[in-house]
Amino acid sequence: MPRSRTVLSRRALLGAGSLAAAAALLPRRTFGASKAKIRVGLLLPYSGTYAALGTNITDAMKLAAREHGDKLGGREIEWVAVDDESDPAKAPANTNKLIVGEKVDVLTGPVHSGVAMAMMQIVRQEKTLTLVTNAGAQAVTGKLCAPHVFRTSFSNWQTSYPCAEVMLKAGHKKAVLLFWNYSFGQESMAAFKEGYAKGGGTIVKEIAVPFPNTEFQAHLSEIASLKPDAVFVFFAGAGAAKLVKDYADAGLSNKIPLYGSGFLTEGVLAAQGAAAEGIKTTLHYAESLDTPANKRFRAAFKKATSREADVYAVAGYDTVNLLAHALDKVKGDTSAQKELIAALESARIESPRGPFRFSRAHNPIQDIYLREVRGGQQKVLGVALKDAEDPAEGCALGK
Amino acid sequence: MSLSLFALQLLNGVEQGLLLFLVASGLTLVFGVLGVLNFAHGSFYMLGAYVAVWLAARTGSLFFAILLGLPVMLLLGLLVERFAIARLYSRDHLSQVLFTYGLLLLFNELQRALFGNDVQGIATPAALAFRIPLGETQTWPAYRVFTAAACIAVAFGLRQVILHTRFGMRVRAGASNAEMVEALGIDVRRLFAKLFSAGVGLAALAGMLAVPLTTAYPGMGESVLVLSFVVVVIGGIGSIKGAFAGAMLVGLADTFGKVLFPSVASAIVYAVMALVLLVRPRGLFGARLEAR
Repeated sequence: MPRSRTVLSRRALLGAGSLAAAAALLPRRTFGASKAKIRVGLLLPYSGTYAALGTNITDAMKLAAREHGDKLGGREIEWVAVDDESDPAKAPANTNKLIVGEKVDVLTGPVHSGVAMAMMQIVRQEKTLTLVTNAGAQAVTGKLCAPHVFRTSFSNWQTSYPCAEVMLKAGHKKAVLLFWNYSFGQESMAAFKEGYAKGGGTIVKEIAVPFPNTEFQAHLSEIASLKPDAVFVFFAGAGAAKLVKDYADAGLSNKIPLYGSGFLTEGVLAAQGAAAEGIKTTLHYAESLDTPANKRFRAAFKKATSREADVYAVAGYDTVNLLAHALDKVKGDTSAQKELIAALESARIESPRGPFRFSRAHNPIQDIYLREVRGGQQKVLGVALKDAEDPAEGCALGK
Repeated sequence: MSLSLFALQLLNGVEQGLLLFLVASGLTLVFGVLGVLNFAHGSFYMLGAYVAVWLAARTGSLFFAILLGLPVMLLLGLLVERFAIARLYSRDHLSQVLFTYGLLLLFNELQRALFGNDVQGIATPAALAFRIPLGETQTWPAYRVFTAAACIAVAFGLRQVILHTRFGMRVRAGASNAEMVEALGIDVRRLFAKLFSAGVGLAALAGMLAVPLTTAYPGMGESVLVLSFVVVVIGGIGSIKGAFAGAMLVGLADTFGKVLFPSVASAIVYAVMALVLLVRPRGLFGARLEAR
């Protein structure tokens, strides 16, 4: 019967079509690992407040890749980038898009800690090899740590704990804390308080400012009346720019010194202008670090992008260098995850920030520098804490 | 709290309120007379700040930047009114909100494309770079005194214009009954265009004056917009006097809230608003709402 024949052929056609579609999907998995491109996922912000950070990380990653001949473990690289918009609400969908949809071999990113927390929940289930390129949330290499997750940047603890000792050594025994009241600020303050209490310092008052409020006058008047020895703050971006200006305008900067983690002056030094002079901060990197690796990196980044490299770019650069090192060891075979993890754990790379290695929780063990703003530049005064290792509370890895 | 600290905080609150008044006065005029809920009002504050930074970098002076930038912003206001807002007068508030929210997003993208996402600042003008000692440790920068004085001058000027000029009379008439004003042979469209442009100018001027203190950054418009709405609602829609009183109240409530009740500081301003609305549902000076 002609009618039934057409039905049959349509079914056959459909069947053939779906087979073809399935076949198109197959090669990625079945062809030799050395031939197919290695898919590197980037979960980074390319719009919104942190767009500049995401762009710098990406450009530094591509710069490092170029230095390895655009190959990782002998395989060409295919970048798969998703704009995470620094929106934690969209993070699960964006992470799934990269892991399930795009089937990336390695996941990198993000900048925002909220995005990182959502991403961690998924990569812990999917077991995707993940390199966190910025987000400093304690949980990434703490409560939520995982064998296949590494962080190439810093933990919030590392940026603030060392500053306590710096202040105590300078004779500042009474401090006021002033910070944006969200997880980054809270973790930063907790780390500082731990160090400050240990050294015998007293916290006179803690002033929590709701994020992203930048109206500081009332708090500055309060600080002026409390007259502490020093003030330790956490602000970043526009908040950091305004606080530093307001603090100097209120005439406090030469009476009550201002300290903070490096993010207080990172990327906003030009906007702060003369008001930032003399501010001391602690961070795992400084632009003016006088090492061959840093000078070479900064020159190469400038040449590639005609922008100055920053602490974010450093993390991106190191991420790809670490990947190249590990994937060379396994000859590009991403299915050999155990060996990959072992290679990363034992990796010693020459970073622009100085040499570092991974802790048992897969966070960098790195020197934290004491920096001071002088003449609009970040000068390195010395090492505030040598081989700073995050306590990795709640992480059972390597124990 | 000691008496001197109390006086200092009073000063802080008044100063914060004065700048807020400048932004809110434009919002309340546009809302009260034109009947348009303008969500993009904060964007003009933001654009004012960025334009001032851009021009100050090229002319070398904030004064020239304001002199050149303000007419540009007034013109932008005229254009936006002519080609966009004018079509919204007959629509309901929902479509106005949707449209002006779209404008807000558009201006944010424009800011990113034209000025980038970096935080940009300019130094306070050299003539006003000195500081006045306040109490033992604190100083008050002369530039803050200047902005406060400028805000008071603008407030006084607005009052004179609204009360004693023909334009002001028409604006007041328009706020009470626009149809009647039109029936009397006054070109309401031109009146509205001028008024909207003036509202944009006030917001932009606030941004320009504030930028040496606040720096220019993405999203600065939204935060000021929310507080401005609170001010307008507290003061009564369409009332300049109300905007002034509302701005003072918000400035003081925010300042003292931070000091006295730090854990709930961000809610205090809204609590004040709720309280005012409970006692006076149309705001402090908003008796004319039914007319619209």
